[in-house]
Amino acid sequence: MSATKTHGAAGHAHEHDDHGPAKGFTRWLTTTNHKDIGTMYLVFSLVMFLVGGAMALVIRAELFMPGMQLVDPGFFNTMTTVHALIMVFGAVMPATVGLANWMIPLQIGAPDMALPRMNNFSFWLLVAAFSLLILSLFMPGGGPAAGWTLYPPLVLQTGDALPLAIFAIHLAGASSIMGAINIIVTIMNLRAPGMTLLKMPLFVWSWLITAYLLIAVMPVFAGAVTMLLTDHFFHTTFFAAAGGGDPVLYQHIFWFFGHPEVYIMILPAFGIVSEIIPTFSRKPLFGYDAMVYATASIAFLSFIVWAHHMFTVGMPLAGEMFFMLSTMLIAVPTGVKVFNWTATMWRGSLSFETPMLFALAFLFLFTIGGFSGLMMAIAPVDFQYHDTYFIVAHFHYVLVPGAVFAIMAAVYYWLPKWTGHMYDTKLANLHFWISAIFVNLLFFPQHFLGLAGMPRRIPDYSTQFADWNMVSSIGAFGFGLAQLLFVYVIYKCAKGGTRVSAEVWDDARVEGLEWSVPSPAPYHTFDEAPVVK
Amino acid sequence: MKMVKRAFAASMALLFGSSPAMAAWSDLNLRVGVTELSREIYGLHMLILWICVAIAVAVFAVMIYSIATFRKSKGAVPATFDHNTKAEVIWTVIPVLILVGMAVPAARTLVKIDDTRGSELTVKVTGYQWKWQYEYVDQGISFFSTLARSSDEARQLDSGIAPESVDNYLLEVDNPLVVPVGRKVRVLITANDVIHAWWVPDFGMKKDAIPGYINELWFRADEPGVYRGQCAELCGRDHGFMPVVVEVKPQAEYDAWIEAQKAARQAAAAPVAQTAAIAPPVDHVETLRVVNAE
Repeated sequence: MSATKTHGAAGHAHEHDDHGPAKGFTRWLTTTNHKDIGTMYLVFSLVMFLVGGAMALVIRAELFMPGMQLVDPGFFNTMTTVHALIMVFGAVMPATVGLANWMIPLQIGAPDMALPRMNNFSFWLLVAAFSLLILSLFMPGGGPAAGWTLYPPLVLQTGDALPLAIFAIHLAGASSIMGAINIIVTIMNLRAPGMTLLKMPLFVWSWLITAYLLIAVMPVFAGAVTMLLTDHFFHTTFFAAAGGGDPVLYQHIFWFFGHPEVYIMILPAFGIVSEIIPTFSRKPLFGYDAMVYATASIAFLSFIVWAHHMFTVGMPLAGEMFFMLSTMLIAVPTGVKVFNWTATMWRGSLSFETPMLFALAFLFLFTIGGFSGLMMAIAPVDFQYHDTYFIVAHFHYVLVPGAVFAIMAAVYYWLPKWTGHMYDTKLANLHFWISAIFVNLLFFPQHFLGLAGMPRRIPDYSTQFADWNMVSSIGAFGFGLAQLLFVYVIYKCAKGGTRVSAEVWDDARVEGLEWSVPSPAPYHTFDEAPVVK
Repeated sequence: MKMVKRAFAASMALLFGSSPAMAAWSDLNLRVGVTELSREIYGLHMLILWICVAIAVAVFAVMIYSIATFRKSKGAVPATFDHNTKAEVIWTVIPVLILVGMAVPAARTLVKIDDTRGSELTVKVTGYQWKWQYEYVDQGISFFSTLARSSDEARQLDSGIAPESVDNYLLEVDNPLVVPVGRKVRVLITANDVIHAWWVPDFGMKKDAIPGYINELWFRADEPGVYRGQCAELCGRDHGFMPVVVEVKPQAEYDAWIEAQKAARQAAAAPVAQTAAIAPPVDHVETLRVVNAE
């Protein structure tokens, strides 16, 4: 991992007046520039994060007290369903794709993504996809309400929203596959001379592996929802027992996609944290090779554990045994990663800039999510945990203070590189502390609720669950409001602020080609490839 | 304020799990339940929880120590090492050993859960949107079990009825399942429309009710009582409103209940020719007729 810094490379000194961005909206509509597209992905994902977050607040507002106060139970189900679809496919995934677009070319010394027009197409497909999904909320019969997993037969009771939601998934999937192909082609072909695979930054590595996961599983999901479509409109019975089909088949197909999907969301986060912790520990990443192999092992294992989401469907004993043991195995490479991050900090020289705060919160809170994941792997105990708030707590711990905090860490890490300004660090730290406190208030009590017996996806609950639901809702509103601060910090930083140097984090351990280009990164970078020793 | 106090007491209970605040602890943790399986599952849960807590304490201690000690502001000079094969082997092998230690008892319990042989009573449970049907396969008794009217009225949007004023809000039904104490009950589970899941936390068991499938689980309740659970698989609009209530009665009371059911059905079915054995109970004849008329 030794990248040469090509300070203020000669290629960036002169103006690119013939290659500058187009004016006005055309720039964004027709751009093939990885930085523009990266920015659009990130802004899109931020908007979706707020929309999905608003839906989460509808859920938490209804759950604030026992009794039905605000919404119809059917609409409540729509909210849980669309909240999840938006957060998974509209917020977390596009955010990591946006970061990949911005940072992979800068980190490997490439002038742009390898397939720039497809890059533009894959972004705008995503906009089409989520327009459809949002439109589906206004269809007769209400929006999709069968949960983001879209299990038949329930999902086939959806009204006119069903085809819209399915086409939205098709388009988002096509967009993801194109993005993944682009990332693989870019990494495989456009690395600067001398940057061998095992010299790539960890963020690039984690995205390379993620991209393969995406290509492997998105078509599977597309196939599953297409079968739903034909079951609904063309009288097939893939999933209808009455016609010789099998409702459980859908679950197997869905989770064959769904489990790698979980790692599609978290592996880029691992990559981000592996960049930030060494920087602010002023020490090289501990066990680089082991990190790469651990990421690859997790990706491999993600294909053979899917049915741990389905322990209660009535699998044969041997099946339950296999999926329990294979799932437990994932704890090993994941543990290696956590230990390596800890060892990176050991005898380092730590400072606590905003990105480091988020990365450290990730380290603690993701680990908590990992522990509950291990508990759920134990099939007999999962018979109790399954479909309760314990599960809700678990996956929100790995997704919110896990993936989302890592994305925020990345934004605070690279934002000065993108804008050329340092953001308001006081406000950014305030955003961190409010988020970190409220996210725990929001999700930690959900462990208790689940253990005490509260099922997930219910709009109302027995009075014994009242206290912790209230705490959780208070946490939700605090966390939600804190994100408005995040938007403001980003807006303020884009508008202006203290100029930063090319290296941005001058007194930390900056390593990697992205710090060799000026801040803000010029519209075109690495016209001439840097050489990595 | 009461809530804050409760939260404080609860977090204290969490910190000092086995100390006096046992009442609060039981609100936070899995229930021990009243069956052999639920107790074993609880034991497994606690075993893994404590292993996780122990690992967490060790790992978080190192993290916190690093954060507190190796600070740039304290003039810490960074070391330059970037790997240590011995350490890496150790922290790969030890977790594997711990996992094996967890897997062995887990596998043993799993085998026991799977063994439905030797049951003394078979009940068939069918999930409907949004109620349960219980059939006593050998006694020819069958009835529906729906959310109690008091809860149903209170749960309507802006009903004006405080949930606290309703007994067992959302966890009460009109006709509970009744089983004898100390008998191995085999439950066959299926569904008629969409997927549901039948779950009684105190029995430690949950199983999906899937149209076209007949799943099974077993339990043997050791203490008489009323045990409450809920549908645990999203099944549409009223998923939150189809509780499971099981009454575990001493054998004699159970036998009397069975006889009373049979007598009631005979009385109700008398005018309806020969279908008594499979006819639904009194209060559902009406509903079924309406459905058939459509």
